Amino acid sequence: MAFQLPKLKFDYKALEPYIDEMTMDIHYNKHHGTYTNNLNNAIAGTSIEALPIEEILQEVSKLSPAVRNNGGGYFNHNLFWDIMSPNGGGKPDGALLKSIKKFFGSFDEFKEKFSNAAATRFGSGWAWLVWTGKDFQVFSTPNQDNSLMDVADIKGIPILGLDVWEHAYYLKYQNRRSEYIQNFWNVIDWKAVEEKYIAATSK
Amino acid sequence: MKHELPKLQYSPNALAEVLSEKTMEFHYGKHHQAYVNNLNSLIQGTKFENASLEQIIMEAEGGVFNNGAQVWNHSFYFEAFSPAPKHMPEGDLLKAIEVSFGSFEEFLSKFSNAAATLFGSGWAWLVVDADGKLIITQESNAGNPLRKGLKPLLTCDVWEHAYYLDYQNRRPDYIQAFWKIVDWRVVEKRFEQAR
Repeated sequence: MAFQLPKLKFDYKALEPYIDEMTMDIHYNKHHGTYTNNLNNAIAGTSIEALPIEEILQEVSKLSPAVRNNGGGYFNHNLFWDIMSPNGGGKPDGALLKSIKKFFGSFDEFKEKFSNAAATRFGSGWAWLVWTGKDFQVFSTPNQDNSLMDVADIKGIPILGLDVWEHAYYLKYQNRRSEYIQNFWNVIDWKAVEEKYIAATSK
Repeated sequence: MKHELPKLQYSPNALAEVLSEKTMEFHYGKHHQAYVNNLNSLIQGTKFENASLEQIIMEAEGGVFNNGAQVWNHSFYFEAFSPAPKHMPEGDLLKAIEVSFGSFEEFLSKFSNAAATLFGSGWAWLVVDADGKLIITQESNAGNPLRKGLKPLLTCDVWEHAYYLDYQNRRPDYIQAFWKIVDWRVVEKRFEQAR
């Protein structure tokens, strides 16, 4: 079973003006598409070929760098498209908001911490909100690493992720990464994030 | 010591066949300048306040290293370009390349491959090692071969900001085009000084 590029829930220009059509098209088709193909090539004919992506990521320390890089790239972008929507923005509510308040004090404090993690990642990488099994953590990872990998410093289930590779924002924002990060809050689909939170905490 | 953005030896549109004026304006005018500014503010009141970039590269960590090395790396990168470049090395450098890589074409292919396969942000390098041999290395993010006792001769920036406006995801096209503006006169001079 080969991994498939997942269908987007919105069209390429749906996240305008925050994420432009050309960036969406190239980011999804070329970057995410290439990670998907490279992952499939890296695992073809091996014992991990039929495993779910989460299980593959749990053993990347034993696998080739191609699996770590492309497997991470495949999973991370799946999550990224999933937690954005043209009807996004605002704030979470219910159990997720309660939990954010419990671990960060307030939604605004969480937002600041997450934005700071995204802004200060040097080079390519991701900012994350992760459920560790007992609490929430906000941090960033380099390149396409994530908290599902056995090589991760902090392990847990990613609930929200922001891509800060330059390819995610350079066509529209160039060197202004902080403006991209600020605008990301307008397209977060908190319903999708809450679903991930519920799934993670009920495990 | 206040670090300064070195002047370019060509106009921002002079390399447009390979690197657009817009790319030059951002890469040199914004990114390179920001590394200079960040470095100057980070070293204030620290033991690196009067240090050379080379000292910073050898000894610093964290933000001081990142910004200091990025100032050096970008200066070294932009300095090797010319709108009227010498397209091939000659003399001792060509000989050294042939000894180390077989032929100039083999070198081009190995260096290009190093630049293409560096995952994430970073740099590909041609360096002289401790035994005087030429080798090709990769460095992530702000990495600089001086730190490993190697002497840099040429570098290619493969942070996405170096090529994304002009080539988007097509990094190999950027690398191929890069060779059109590398001035081997500059690399020859560096080789002479490295020996």
